[in-house]
Amino acid sequence: MKKLLYISLATVALTSCQPEFNDSVDEQGFYSNGDADFSTFVAVGNSLTAGYADGALYLNGQQNSFPSMLSTQFKHVGGGDFTQPLVNDNLGGLLASGNQITDNRRVIRLGADGSTTPVILEGTPTTDIVNTLEGPFNNMGVPGSKIFHLVANGYGNIGNFPAAANPYFVRMASTPDASVIEDAVSQSPTFFSLWIGNNDILSFATSGGVGVDQSGNLDPTTYGANDITDPNVFASVYNTLLTALTSGGAKGIVANIPNVTTIPFFTTVPYNAIPLDAQTASVLNQAYAQYNGGLLQAQSFGLITAEEVAQRTIQFSAGQNAVVILDEDLTDLTGINAGLTNMRQATAEDLLPLTTSSILGTLADASNPQSIIGVAVPLTDAQALTATEIEMVTNAQTAYNTSIKALATQYDLAFIDVEAIMNQLANGGISFDGGTITNTFATGGAFSLDGVHPTQRGYAVIANEMINIINEKYNATIPGINPGAYPTIFVE
Amino acid sequence: MKKLTLLAILLLTSALTYAGGYRISLQGQKQLAMGHTGVAVINSSELVFFNPAGLTFLNEKFTVSAGANAVFANISFQNEQYGWYTEADNPVSTPFNVYAAYKINDWASVGLGIYTPYGSGVEYPTDWEGSHLINDISLRAIFIQPTLSIKINDKVSIGGGPIFATGAVNFNRNIDRTTTNTEGERANVTIDQSGITAWGYNLGLMVRPTEKFTLGINYRSEIQMDAEDGEADFQNMPNGLNIDGKYDNVTFDATLPLPAELTVGASYAINEKWLVAFDYNRAYWNAYEALDVIFSNGEESINPRNYKNASTYRFGVQYKATNRFTLRGGYYFDESPVQSGYFAPETPRNDSNNFTGGFSFKISERFALDASFLYIHFDEVDESYDYYKDPTGTQFSSFGGTYKNNAFVPGLGITYGF
Repeated sequence: MKKLLYISLATVALTSCQPEFNDSVDEQGFYSNGDADFSTFVAVGNSLTAGYADGALYLNGQQNSFPSMLSTQFKHVGGGDFTQPLVNDNLGGLLASGNQITDNRRVIRLGADGSTTPVILEGTPTTDIVNTLEGPFNNMGVPGSKIFHLVANGYGNIGNFPAAANPYFVRMASTPDASVIEDAVSQSPTFFSLWIGNNDILSFATSGGVGVDQSGNLDPTTYGANDITDPNVFASVYNTLLTALTSGGAKGIVANIPNVTTIPFFTTVPYNAIPLDAQTASVLNQAYAQYNGGLLQAQSFGLITAEEVAQRTIQFSAGQNAVVILDEDLTDLTGINAGLTNMRQATAEDLLPLTTSSILGTLADASNPQSIIGVAVPLTDAQALTATEIEMVTNAQTAYNTSIKALATQYDLAFIDVEAIMNQLANGGISFDGGTITNTFATGGAFSLDGVHPTQRGYAVIANEMINIINEKYNATIPGINPGAYPTIFVE
Repeated sequence: MKKLTLLAILLLTSALTYAGGYRISLQGQKQLAMGHTGVAVINSSELVFFNPAGLTFLNEKFTVSAGANAVFANISFQNEQYGWYTEADNPVSTPFNVYAAYKINDWASVGLGIYTPYGSGVEYPTDWEGSHLINDISLRAIFIQPTLSIKINDKVSIGGGPIFATGAVNFNRNIDRTTTNTEGERANVTIDQSGITAWGYNLGLMVRPTEKFTLGINYRSEIQMDAEDGEADFQNMPNGLNIDGKYDNVTFDATLPLPAELTVGASYAINEKWLVAFDYNRAYWNAYEALDVIFSNGEESINPRNYKNASTYRFGVQYKATNRFTLRGGYYFDESPVQSGYFAPETPRNDSNNFTGGFSFKISERFALDASFLYIHFDEVDESYDYYKDPTGTQFSSFGGTYKNNAFVPGLGITYGF
């Protein structure tokens, strides 16, 4: 019996002899927090901060949101727990009183022939927004929010849903009438991230420019969902947010807004997506002869310039052909001839949303074999982002980014140029240990299947760059993140 | 004094080479306690392993030694760049051995050995940072060796025998660095096969120029363990990838070489009480070029290893304190066969300094208790495995950091003889 005791004692002694490193990364002090205090980290923003990907906010994406990645690394320099308003499942769709209000996430379906098709993952989601969560949450990323939403009281009040409330914020707001920024600041953050403003141009862009450029209108309560936010409103609210977040002496990092023309949502479907043989091209040219003739007639009446005639003249040839689109910015000639709709062929300056890939070349009217969308039936205003609309978006983005940079300097905060990172993804890509990610849809690795939001690997690249910048700005030595360890797109 | 100098030289040998592999030098309590020397030590039936030629020089008519060790092997891993820290939670493994020798007449002896010279038991936390290389592995090989020893004259003896090896492998790793099912659970594969068999041999020569001085040489052949049609169990694969049941009922083929080993050594009986021994091992690890697993569904996992031949320098001493009590001690320096850049976490061993001790206690005329203890010390080492490629990847990615190992190996055995 005594022998047994000795043996078990010896066993305990031997198994507890784990070798110890001379300098262990797990000891506080191995890494330095520098001049910043990471004990309470609060992340404020939109879907990018929430961990949204593949067209939904699902559990696995939240667990690997960029603020979550940051918080893991902050733990090496005194960072505390990081709570997130986790959804219930990996489907990601939301319910409101049992009715599904947002789609499930997208996944890849592999065909037996090797084809890959993005599809919406099947299943009934279980996250109902009427089941509100007990906060506070360190991750204050609210998918879909525009900058002025963050200061709006009632944005989380289900009574205002869907008109003036956000289903994601309804789940997590501390009280129905608290604003996002109030709930963030009430946690007394010592360090914060702020990445906001994307939706202030993105919803206009992804809707194909059906909204209004509200530049000059200083009252956001009058804006529609797809409008561009006035740059002065943007700057003013951004200043309000930073004042609130730094009120307790917090340090932080702010991120600017990428150019929408670099995201695969707009770079995947080419403007000249229509392949034709010579014979079909000739048949189509005959069909459009009347329209082209009408344009010349309008020019002879002095209604449009020769330049506009050239812009609108529709001409097909063998090979790849530009898609026919409607452009509301063309001169309206339907008054003289109902057949002279605002049609033209797209150019390389126009962008076609990813969503058109599934309708281009299909029949608008199943009973009419002539009604091929993009050829005989033009894409609608919502199905194309024209060069004029892109300019509105870019102008607003440039103004927002100028404000963000200036305010970052004014508040002496770390600043990450996400616009530059996205440009790099679009021009050769960004290397990591084991490969390179680019902005190519689905296969590039940087963007998820919605074509707008990064993959977890894409988020990891951004988070890693944030750590580099935070280390530089605050003399810290927080360890980095390995993007190769994070997934890209998922197969069903 | 000379030996101390020699020892000092060995200790100073460059630490830029690496040791160990999956060889487990625990082939007898008495010889382990003496730094696992023994090619020229006439002590017991442990000679069946250490040098079959020596059996004819044993005094006993019949002798059996049996024993087992408990291996407590620890691995700590960290990576400063990413702030990773992981401890392996290795199961305690228990290699064992049984040796018997019988003297037929003055010039011939027969013997039988059952021992476990190769094995590995490493278990990292599931889905740890290096899980694309290994989650856990269990390797076991049992050697069964009938032996014949012939004395040519009073000074020279030869011996040898065939080795029947039977082995088992169980190895789990994630299929790559990121693939999960839609629930976010990492896709992984377990390969499992037991009852793998193969043949080899063990040959030895022993020379006794004087009563006090013994020389020995021993060669154990390489044995290739070929796993064929083993079970490959894929878990958490995305359903959509399982086209036509591609990941159902998969089998695998793989080959693991158990390398040849050459040992030369000498022992010298200073007087009635003191004996010293020195062994030099050369393990032909260059046979281990790659751990390639070929699956029946057409997929394969190619893992270059490129081990190099490695040496071990052993020194042992025995002191007969009393008629009943014998004390032993030893030291050996074990060079790792792993080359820089090929430092895979399933055998993350660099060169090691090994300290041994033990004793035998005669319970009766016929029975003795043998005890041993081995402590393996590894210095911290910064190393990486640079030849991993995700199945869909185009570039190698490196996995590494700082490893620190140690191991504690107590052993107990019993010897019977007359």
